[in-house]
Amino acid sequence: MTTFLGMPALPAFGSGNLFAGESFPKAAHRELGNAQLRANLGHATHTIRDKRQAVVSELPDWEQLRDAGSAIKESVMARLPELLEEFEKNFTARGGVIHWARDAREANEIVAGLVRATGETEVVKVKSMATQEIGLNEYLEEQGIEAFETDLAELIVQLDHDKPSHILVPAIHKNRTEIRDIFLREMPGADPALTNDPPVLAMAAREHLRRKFLTAKVAVSGANFALADSGTLAVVESEGNGRMCLTLPETLITVMGIEKLLPTWQDLEVFMQLLPRSSTGERMNPYTSLWTGVTEGDGPQNVHLVLLDNGRSAALADEMGRSALHCIRCSACMNVCPVYERTGGHAYGSTYPGPIGAILSPLLTGIQAEENSSLPYASSLCGACYDACPVKINIPDILVHLRSVDVDSKRGTKKVPSQMDVGMKAASWALSSGKHLGLVEKGLPLGRLAAGRDKKIKKLPGIAGGWTQSRDIPAPPAQSFRDWWAKEHKSPAPSRDEKETQ
Amino acid sequence: MSAREDILSRIRSALQDSPEAPQIPREYRAASGMDADGLVDLLVDRLVDYKAQVAVVPAAEVPATIASLLEGARSYVVPEGLDGGWLAAMDDAGTGGSRRRVDSPAEPLSVADLDGTDAVVTGSAVAVAETGTIILDGSANQGRRAISLVPDHHICVVKAADIAGILPEALGRIDGTRPITMISGPSATSDIELQRVEGVHGPRRLDVIIAR
Repeated sequence: MTTFLGMPALPAFGSGNLFAGESFPKAAHRELGNAQLRANLGHATHTIRDKRQAVVSELPDWEQLRDAGSAIKESVMARLPELLEEFEKNFTARGGVIHWARDAREANEIVAGLVRATGETEVVKVKSMATQEIGLNEYLEEQGIEAFETDLAELIVQLDHDKPSHILVPAIHKNRTEIRDIFLREMPGADPALTNDPPVLAMAAREHLRRKFLTAKVAVSGANFALADSGTLAVVESEGNGRMCLTLPETLITVMGIEKLLPTWQDLEVFMQLLPRSSTGERMNPYTSLWTGVTEGDGPQNVHLVLLDNGRSAALADEMGRSALHCIRCSACMNVCPVYERTGGHAYGSTYPGPIGAILSPLLTGIQAEENSSLPYASSLCGACYDACPVKINIPDILVHLRSVDVDSKRGTKKVPSQMDVGMKAASWALSSGKHLGLVEKGLPLGRLAAGRDKKIKKLPGIAGGWTQSRDIPAPPAQSFRDWWAKEHKSPAPSRDEKETQ
Repeated sequence: MSAREDILSRIRSALQDSPEAPQIPREYRAASGMDADGLVDLLVDRLVDYKAQVAVVPAAEVPATIASLLEGARSYVVPEGLDGGWLAAMDDAGTGGSRRRVDSPAEPLSVADLDGTDAVVTGSAVAVAETGTIILDGSANQGRRAISLVPDHHICVVKAADIAGILPEALGRIDGTRPITMISGPSATSDIELQRVEGVHGPRRLDVIIAR
């Protein structure tokens, strides 16, 4: 039972790298032209989804773990204010310092202020979606603070002045030769004889970052989980770059979305089984670090946490959509998505690509925002993402819900194409009886005239043009199935429709 | 209004439909029910799969095993609380003691010193057979997190009695407020075409000694 008695606040939407610069169909159309991207992505997503399936099948209680994970997250959302206060109390009691940030700007200012207070102008970074979301690196650069990404994939993307295209493997769109070329071009002191062998490239990254790790005074990280009952933070990783950043510097600044909480230490047993198997397809990731405030004599002695809203409270206000906040950023949904597999992550515009991004981004920014209203349509609604989601987020249902929110928000404005209403009325008439449909079908062969020599209709006028903008339609057959049936069976059985009218 | 008050009040108003916190169904496995030999076998299988090297030895042979693994190391670090007996063979070898650097929270080695150290020997708090995970909790026989991170070769002793079958059993045995590191194999990356490469920033070589 909530005891909140104040005035309801207006939804406060998020800011930062959550907005698509252009609509999804436009971006997807361009990305689809990149054959190299599609080849790299196809290979990567198929490899990872096979690995995931293999380790998930090993667990006899996978479905029970999903049920528990889903219920724990639902309970976190229902109890979020009290859990945040409980976490704050415990983290603070052990020497950590908590900061609250309403949006991207506020979070960036807090981090920059904390770095400035140390007198340092460099920070090492653990891969983090929250800091990508708020555009922290760019902001720090404006403030004269250099941020070094230390995850191999993030390093590749940063050196190439590119953007991440996947939650787990941000450089998934690049192959080994492209990566070697980036290292040769952008990494100071790279060996000109560098080959494109992955172990050789990984060692080059080790050399490049080693001195940074050993001398850095300030690190910035995200967090995978925060346990309310103990005040503990957790970071899950593979390379050891996370451990380097989380334990060697004097100051550690973590930025975390308010939805990442788990109520109790025991809940970690559920999520540490769900996350690695769903994300990298491993039984367990090589390294997980857990810290609770400050430990004297071990690790950073100045430990800060920035709790980030940035649209999460607005997403929480959508009763249908709030379960998008259950997301643990495993990326299983994108690896099984036929749309993501072909367009890649950049087409989604936001920090969060793929099926989860198609619901999370518009929920965080509001569906009216810029081009994000096209994201809920970036799906075939095949449901593979729902099956793969370790915490059972019903992505297809939320996509449909957001489509209706989008249509409702445009109703009555000049954005509503009246052709849509006309088209829907016509369809409703045509499909209402067999006779009507037969009449319409008689006109179908005319469509062949619109098709070119390759028997494809490339551009339709009016609202149907939206469909043909990124697809070709095969020319209709010379004869409809019903006509063919009637000719093949000289005395056809009366159709249901005719029976009714007899 | 402070950001804290503002955010908490936004969340409260977002929850004005008063959603109920559901009961958490915990029908997933809480224990594996495996016997001691089964636990050792499964842990070995999983560690080898991660490209860690494993030796299963009687407790009395731990010192000799450590000595042989440290053969090529010019220097090694140990936490101050490491079981002294485990290093007996190193002491007997004469030079083993002189190559040793002892680390403690009160007298920590510098990062540069650790970087110049070839190997580290630690104990462990608990291991998870099903996932091949070793958990360090910063106790005196495991030391600060940095010592098992910076040297390139980690030798970790796991007592057979400290092997749990599955993760829920293991997490139930440790105190979550300690500085905890969970290790499953050596440092690794799959960021280039998803091809797994062992050894990036953490130790590139992980030797696990399981003491029966």
